[in-house]
Amino acid sequence: MDLVSTFVIYWADNTLILGHRNSEWTGQGPILEQDIALSNIALDLIGQARNFYQLAAVRINRIDKNQTLTEDDLAYFRDPSEFRNLILVEQENGDWARTILRQFYFSSYQFLLYEELLSSADRDIAAIAEKSIKETRYHLRWSAEWVMRLGDGTEESHARMLDAIQMLHPFIGEIFTAADFEYEAAEKGVCPLPEKIKSRWYKEVNSTLASATIPVLSADKISPNALSGKNGVHTEQLEDLLSVMQILPRAYPGVSW
Amino acid sequence: MHATEQELFDSKISQEIRIEPKDWMPEEYRKMLIRQMSQHAHSEIVGMLPEGNWITRAPSLRRKATLIAKVQDEAGHGLYLYSATETLGITRDETIEQLHAGKAKYSSIFNYPTLTWADIGAIGWLVDGAAIMNQVPLCRASYGPYARAMIRICKEESFHQRQGFEILLTLSRGSEAQREMCQDAINRWWWPSLMMFGPNDDASPNSQRSMQWKIKRFSNDELRQKFVDVCVDQAKVLHMDLPDKDLKWNPDSGHYDFGEINWDEFYEVLKGNGPCNHERLEARKKAHEEGRWVREAAAAYARKKNHNHALI
Ligand SMILES: [Fe+2]
Ligand SMILES: [Fe+2]
Repeated sequence: MDLVSTFVIYWADNTLILGHRNSEWTGQGPILEQDIALSNIALDLIGQARNFYQLAAVRINRIDKNQTLTEDDLAYFRDPSEFRNLILVEQENGDWARTILRQFYFSSYQFLLYEELLSSADRDIAAIAEKSIKETRYHLRWSAEWVMRLGDGTEESHARMLDAIQMLHPFIGEIFTAADFEYEAAEKGVCPLPEKIKSRWYKEVNSTLASATIPVLSADKISPNALSGKNGVHTEQLEDLLSVMQILPRAYPGVSW
Repeated sequence: MHATEQELFDSKISQEIRIEPKDWMPEEYRKMLIRQMSQHAHSEIVGMLPEGNWITRAPSLRRKATLIAKVQDEAGHGLYLYSATETLGITRDETIEQLHAGKAKYSSIFNYPTLTWADIGAIGWLVDGAAIMNQVPLCRASYGPYARAMIRICKEESFHQRQGFEILLTLSRGSEAQREMCQDAINRWWWPSLMMFGPNDDASPNSQRSMQWKIKRFSNDELRQKFVDVCVDQAKVLHMDLPDKDLKWNPDSGHYDFGEINWDEFYEVLKGNGPCNHERLEARKKAHEEGRWVREAAAAYARKKNHNHALI
C-alpha cells in the first residue's frame, strides 16, 4: 500500500473508532437531547469513515489489480496492529466528561486539519474534507460548549473535567508526532505536517479551557509516549473494541449482510 | 342558551374537530391520554435498549449507520411524545419518575431479548410493523398534539419497517446459517408482536371509551387481523414460515385465521415477569442516575450565564 493510502486509512480509522465509541452511548445518554446529539456525531463520523475507506479501497484496488477490497473488508478484516487510529480515540468512554473532552480534543484537531485539506493536492481527499467540514465544525462547537458547561458547572462536574484532562493528557503528544505516512503525504502536498497546526490547536483548545475555568495545557509538557496508534501500536482497548465490532463478519466470512 | 363545556367538547369530537391543549376536556379524557401517551413515550425510550445492543456488533458499516439512525429516531419519537404529553399538564420529569417507580408501563415487546443480528431485522419488520398498524390511525386521534406527533413518527416508522424487512431478505438469500438465524428470529418475535395489539376486544374495557373519544379508531382485534394478513404475504417473499400451525386463509372472511395467543405469557410479561423486564428498567434507571451530575452541571451553568447576562 502506498503511504498516501495509509494516510487515508489513518483518517478512516480515526473516524470509525471514535464514531463507534460514541455510539456506545446511544440509549444511555444523560439527557435525551444529548443522547441524540452524540448519536448524531457518531453517525457523522461513521459516514466520514465510510468515505475514507471507500477511497482507500479504490486506491488499493487500482494499484493491485487482483484486489477487490471494499469498505467493510478494511473495517472488519484488519487486526488491531493494522489499525492506524490515534490512541486518543480508542480510549473507553468513561464518564460524560471524558467522552466530551475526547471529542473536543479530536474535533479541534480534525477541524484545523480539514481546513488545510480543502486545498490538498489530492482532489479526492479535498472532496471528503469539503463534504465533512460542516459536520466537524458542529462537533467542535457542541463539544466546546459542553467543556464549558462541565468545567464551569458544579463542583462535581469541574472535578470530573480535571480527571478527564489528566486521563487524556498522555495521548495528546501523538497527534503532533508525524508518522512516516504523514511525512510522505506532506511531501506530496496532500496534507500539512501535524506540526503546522500544533500551535493553533493549543491556542483554540486553551481558550475554551480557560473560559471553562480549567487550567490550560502547556505544549512543552508533552511526554513522549511509547505507544503510537499511527504506527499500529495500540492499547488493549482497541483490541477489545474490535473483538466486539468485527465479531459477525469474522464468524461468518464470505457472506453478505 | 349556552352550550356547556361538556357539550362543546362532545360536539367537537363528533365533528372531528381536534381538541387542543387550552380547550376544556373531561378529566377522564385527560387521564386516558396521559396514560396512553406517556406509555407510548416510554416505549420509544425503552425500545432503544434491545436494538442499541447490536449497534456495536452491526456486521457492516452501512448497517451500523442505519441502526444508529434508527435508534436515534426512536429517541426523537420519545421526545415528541414527552413534549406532547406535557401539554396535558404533566412534566417530562414527572412522567419519567413514574416509569422508574414502576408505576407507568411501556410496551411489553421490549422485555424480550435480542439474541442474534436477525433479531434486528425481525424487530424492524414485525415490531415496527405492528407499531405502524397501531399508530397510523392515531394520526387522526382527537387530541391535536398527539395526532401531530404521530404523523411525524409514522413516517419514520415505515422507514424502519422497510429496513428491517430488508435485513431479513438479505439473510433469507444468504447462507444456510443466515437462513436459520432468520427463521429463528421470526419464530421468537412473531407471537410477541401479535400481543402488541393488546387483549382481545372482549377483554379490553378501556378500548370502547377510547374509541368513543376518537383516540382509537379500530379495535385491537381488527388491527391484529390486518397485521396478520399483511405479514403472511410478506413472509412468502422471505420464504420463511410464521410459527403458527393454525394459520390458514379463510375464503369466507377474506382474512387469514390464526391460532390463539398465549395470554398467560402476555399477562406474565405485563406484570413484570418477562425475560428482560428487570434488566430494561434497571438500564433506564442507571442511565438516569449516572446522568444526574451532568444535568445538574448544565443547569448550574445556565443559571450562571443568565445571571451574568442580567448584570451586563
Ligand atoms: Fe418509534
Ligand atoms: Fe421505529
